Order: sequence, then structure tokens, then C-alpha cells
Amino acid sequence: MYPTDAATAEISAQAARLRWQCRRGMLELDLLLNRFLETGFAALDDAGRADFVRLLGYQDQIIHDWLMGQAVPADAALRQLVGQIRAAMRDGPAGAC
Amino acid sequence: MPIPHRKFDALIIGAGGAGLNAALRLASADLRVAVVSKVFPTRSHTVAAQGGVNAALANVLPDDWHWHMFDTVKGSDYLGDQDAIEYMCREAIPTVYELEHAGVPFSRIDDGRIYQRAFGGQSQNFGGDQAARTCAAADRTGHAILHTLYQQNVRARTHFFDEYFAIDLIRDEEGAILGALVLEIETGETLIIEAKATLLATGGHGQVFRTTTNAFINTGDGMAMALRAGVPLMDMEFYQFHPTGVAGKGMLITEGARGEGGYLINGDGERFMERYAPRALDLASRDVVARSMVTEIREGRGAGPDKDHVMLRLDHLGADVVHRRLPGITDICRVFLGIDPAEQPIPVFPTAHYAMGGIPTDRYARVVAPARHGPEEIVPGLYAAGECACVSVHGANRLGGNSLLDILVFGRAAGTDILDYVAENPNHRPMREADIEPALTRLGRWDRTGEGESVAAVKADLRKLMEDHCGVFRDDATMAEGVEKLKALRERVEHVRLKDQSRTFNTARIEALELDNLVDVGMATLMSAYHRQESRGAHSRVDYPERDDEQWMKHSLYARDGDSMDYKPVRTKPLTVESFPPKARVY
Repeated sequence: MYPTDAATAEISAQAARLRWQCRRGMLELDLLLNRFLETGFAALDDAGRADFVRLLGYQDQIIHDWLMGQAVPADAALRQLVGQIRAAMRDGPAGAC
Repeated sequence: MPIPHRKFDALIIGAGGAGLNAALRLASADLRVAVVSKVFPTRSHTVAAQGGVNAALANVLPDDWHWHMFDTVKGSDYLGDQDAIEYMCREAIPTVYELEHAGVPFSRIDDGRIYQRAFGGQSQNFGGDQAARTCAAADRTGHAILHTLYQQNVRARTHFFDEYFAIDLIRDEEGAILGALVLEIETGETLIIEAKATLLATGGHGQVFRTTTNAFINTGDGMAMALRAGVPLMDMEFYQFHPTGVAGKGMLITEGARGEGGYLINGDGERFMERYAPRALDLASRDVVARSMVTEIREGRGAGPDKDHVMLRLDHLGADVVHRRLPGITDICRVFLGIDPAEQPIPVFPTAHYAMGGIPTDRYARVVAPARHGPEEIVPGLYAAGECACVSVHGANRLGGNSLLDILVFGRAAGTDILDYVAENPNHRPMREADIEPALTRLGRWDRTGEGESVAAVKADLRKLMEDHCGVFRDDATMAEGVEKLKALRERVEHVRLKDQSRTFNTARIEALELDNLVDVGMATLMSAYHRQESRGAHSRVDYPERDDEQWMKHSLYARDGDSMDYKPVRTKPLTVESFPPKARVY
């Protein structure tokens, strides 16, 4: 089944909203979150997308510690997502931001 | 449909440490305060400041605000205004205690007093032994300060306009600032916020350079708004670069890496610092290392397929040393490069970090500009504080621990002066349709449709141009070429079109407005650097390697109108103590 125009518009509005939510106070987070939004987010299922939105609600310093491997989220779903975001940066094209 | 208006006593644009400290002072005095921030306030760049705040508390070693003042004047390479520096160093002490009482969890010594660590450039007794002056909340001082100030503002009922983008200041015929036109990012709707006083606290503009430690939000919005309102920018040529950022990305690889024995190699594997600084080698001063790196690249000895960076080697130190002593660098390399720095060299390039220049203000954070009666006439109703402002307390070079201090002291000073200003000017000045027109024109320009270049392409070219022509390698020919290229690029911006003309969460439109701002602050930076024919602090010229106090101990002022340069004297007279006359800056 193909998405309706309304559904497509809803998805693109959500992507734009998330893109702005990925603007953070730290360069490291800008790079990691935007890379994942561009390369990994589309492949997530609904639950995974909800987890990403949930992750963006955390404070910059906490997200930074998780993504830089200095702390581990207690929540298993977030733990998995953090691994995916790190992998997207590591495995992405060299030099791209 | 008419644009809705909201009225407040004070409007603050930017929600980092400076904006929030000003807002807290005002809201606590029961003024109606609006804070406009393009991102959620606790996502401001202050959150990234790890170092700490300087204040002569003398908790760990003997200290005195006067010694702090000496260090700051010397660090500024004698371009800092000594009245403002005295004020900042004296106010540092009550400012830190105020933050402590507001709830900032500073690290402590055993007897419960605030712990203070030693940073470079700090001395006892006017250039004597090392001082310990920096108060920190572990390695997350900025985060702690920002969250504390935000929570206190919520308690004090500051009105936050989160995810609103400021388009431009609104100015009346007499040049007084009446507020700003802002855009709600979620809906694309505009709003006019009328205010008796407006504070610009929008932070820096590191995004104008390709390689920067600054977050994506640091696009010089407030500086560009000031320029468009007819206010010049001051000392924009003074920009701090760190020699070792991750190439192509910008994150800082601390000097500790070279302190532990790391060294730089070019694309041929040669340890090139042996040629530039045979004794100090890789531990030579920042500007020498950075310029040597870029010289290698310019002369075709860079590393990588495009020969556009050099490499930092740590692999000879052994995994134990690298992982144990440099854990932050290890994490950055693993996450962003997929390498272990104990096994592979790190691609590095000088990274843009901090702007000493900005919107000219006095020590009350009032914006001042040349006008009929002199170089420092107050712009009625306009204030600026933090990295977007130039008081000037950093002069040509900022000391570690003085940037958080700057935002806190002058954010607070702005709040204090706005209280008086609003008391003396209790009514909003009338706003005419014609006053709003320029801001609407700026926004409306991005409604033009048709074929054209993309924002991203022009922005990438701008950042590369600034890095190549106004980075750490500066001489007449390089910068003259840069000025011509930037003028051509500014013309290209006129032909950029947005494909997405939707209203809701149109981040492409915001990025276009940011591009306008980056081009304006880029031109201010490049023109100021091109015209200053000396080396002072962070502004280092190959063709004028010496400081020239006779010709150049003065502040630069760049005006957008005609890309013109003007100058004004440094304020060498402190408030209560003797001046520190210029001396060679030797450490």
C-alpha cells in the first residue's frame, strides 16, 4: 500500500521537526544526530522512531555521554539506538558531516 | 493579515549564559521579560563550555582581582579596554558566589569552599608564580550554569519564546531600538515583540569557518542583526583557532595530546615542526603550530587524498598511555573516525573556536557606535552581552576561563542597566509601519521562487573561502583575494532560491536566513583582518609579524554600509587603579 499525500506530508513535517530537534548546543551531537537522521532514521520501525524522539528529549550532556561511550543508558531500547547512531557515524562516508 | 504584536519591558534574543543571567535579574525585579531562542534554551552553546569561570577567590592559592586584571590585560595583548577588564575582574567574585547560591554545583575542596584549578595565563603578583583561579563544576561547568539559570528563570516567570528565530531588530527614525521581528519556526508565523530595551545575546559565529568547534547554531545572528541596524562590529579580525581539530569535522583534540608526546607529520611522513620550531617543536605556541600546519598544506605536503590536512601521531606512546591519559581523544577518534589513536594517526586541521570581536558595548553592556558626538554614542534601547558582544575584555586574545566569566558578568550588568533604563523610559516608543518594513523585506526575499543555487552549496563555499583566506594563514595577497571572492559570493546569495516554500517547520528558510548572517559576519571578519597590518594576539600576519602599538593599538570598526573601516582608541585607563602599559607578551 502506498502512503497517501496526507501521510507523506505528515512524514516530511515530522522529519523537518526532528531536523531542528537535532540542532544542539554541542558540535558532537549536531554531527552524530544529523548523520543518523539522514542515514539511519528512515529504516527504523515506529517503535524505533519513537525511541529517537525520546532520546532527543534528554539533556545535551546526557546524550553526549551516551553517544561518546562515557555512559550507558539504563533503557535497553535507548542502548540499542545509541549503538545504531554511533555505527552510522563510524560507517558513513569519510569526511562527510 | 496584520502581524500580531506582543509588548514586554525587555526582549532578550539568545538563551545562553549571558541572555539567561540578564533575564533572571530582570524577571526577579518583576519586569516582563521575553527570551527568544531559536533552539530550546538548554541547547544553547554555553552547554559545551567545559573549562570553568575565573574569579580571584584565593581558595587554593593566594589571589587578587588586580592580578586577574593584569593577566587579562596582558593576555589581550593590550587591546582590551582596561576599565571593562577591571570591572569584570572585580565583579567575578560576587558573580561566582551568586551562581553558587543559585544552585550551580561547583566542585569543592575538603573544607567546603569552591575548588579552583590552574589554567594557562594565570599568575600571582602580576606575572609571578602560577595562580589557581578557575572555578568549575567538574568538566561540565557550562551545562551546570545553563541549567541552573534556566530553572531559576522559569521560577521567576521569564516568558520563553522557544524555537523562534529573530529576523531583525526594529529601529525608529531616531535610531532607537524598539524590539524585533521574530518567526515561530513551527508555524512559520511572524510576530513583533515590542520592548523598551532589547539585549542581543546570540553567541558566536564559528560556523563561518569550515573547521570549527562551534555547534551548528553559532551563525552570528545577533552580530548580523546589529550590522543591518547600522551598528558596526568591533575587532572582528581577532578569532581564536586551536591548532588541532579533527579534520573536516572540527572537534578539538586538546593540547594535552602533544603534551603527552604526540607529534605532527605531513603527507610525506615528515615531522615538519622540526623546521618551524626546532626547539619547542610541537609544543610551540598555538599560532606557530597552526600556521606551520597550514603552510605544509599550502605547499602541497598535506595528507589524505586531497592533501588537505596533516596527521597527529600518538601511536608511539602505547595503548596504555593513550587510553588512560587521553580518554576524551580516544572516544572522539573511535566515534567519529572509527580508529584507535593508539594504533593510527589522527587527521587534524586548525579549528575555529572563539570570537574576541563583536558588537561594541560599554561596561554596562550598552551598545555604542560612532555618531555625531564621538566614537561611543549609546544606541538607545540596545544592549549586547556574551560572545556576540565586544566590551572589550578579551582584546586580541582571550584567556581560558574568561569567556564564561564574560557572559555572566556582562549578562548581569545588562540586566542591571536595563532596570534603570526601563525605569527612566517607562513607555514603549511608538512603532510605525515603516520601521518594520526593512525586517519584512529581509524575510520576504526568501519567498522568491524559480531556479537558483542552494543554500547548502553557497554556505559550503563561504566556509571554505573563510578558512582559506581568513584562517590562521594571513597575508595581504591571500586576504585581498578573499575579499574579492567574498564580494562575488555575496552576489551569489541574491540568486539563491528555496525549493521548499512551506510554512510549517521550514528549516530550509531558517538556514537561508542564517546564511545571510554568516555572509555579513564573514565580510566583517575578513575586512577587519585585511586592514590590520600587524600581528597582535590571535591575529597573526605573515607579512606584518610584529605588534605595532604606534599604528595599531586601536579598535577596528567594520560597517556594513560600503564595507567601510573605522577605528577608535583603546580605553587604557582603568576605573580605580593604574594603567598597565603595553609590554612584550612573553610567557
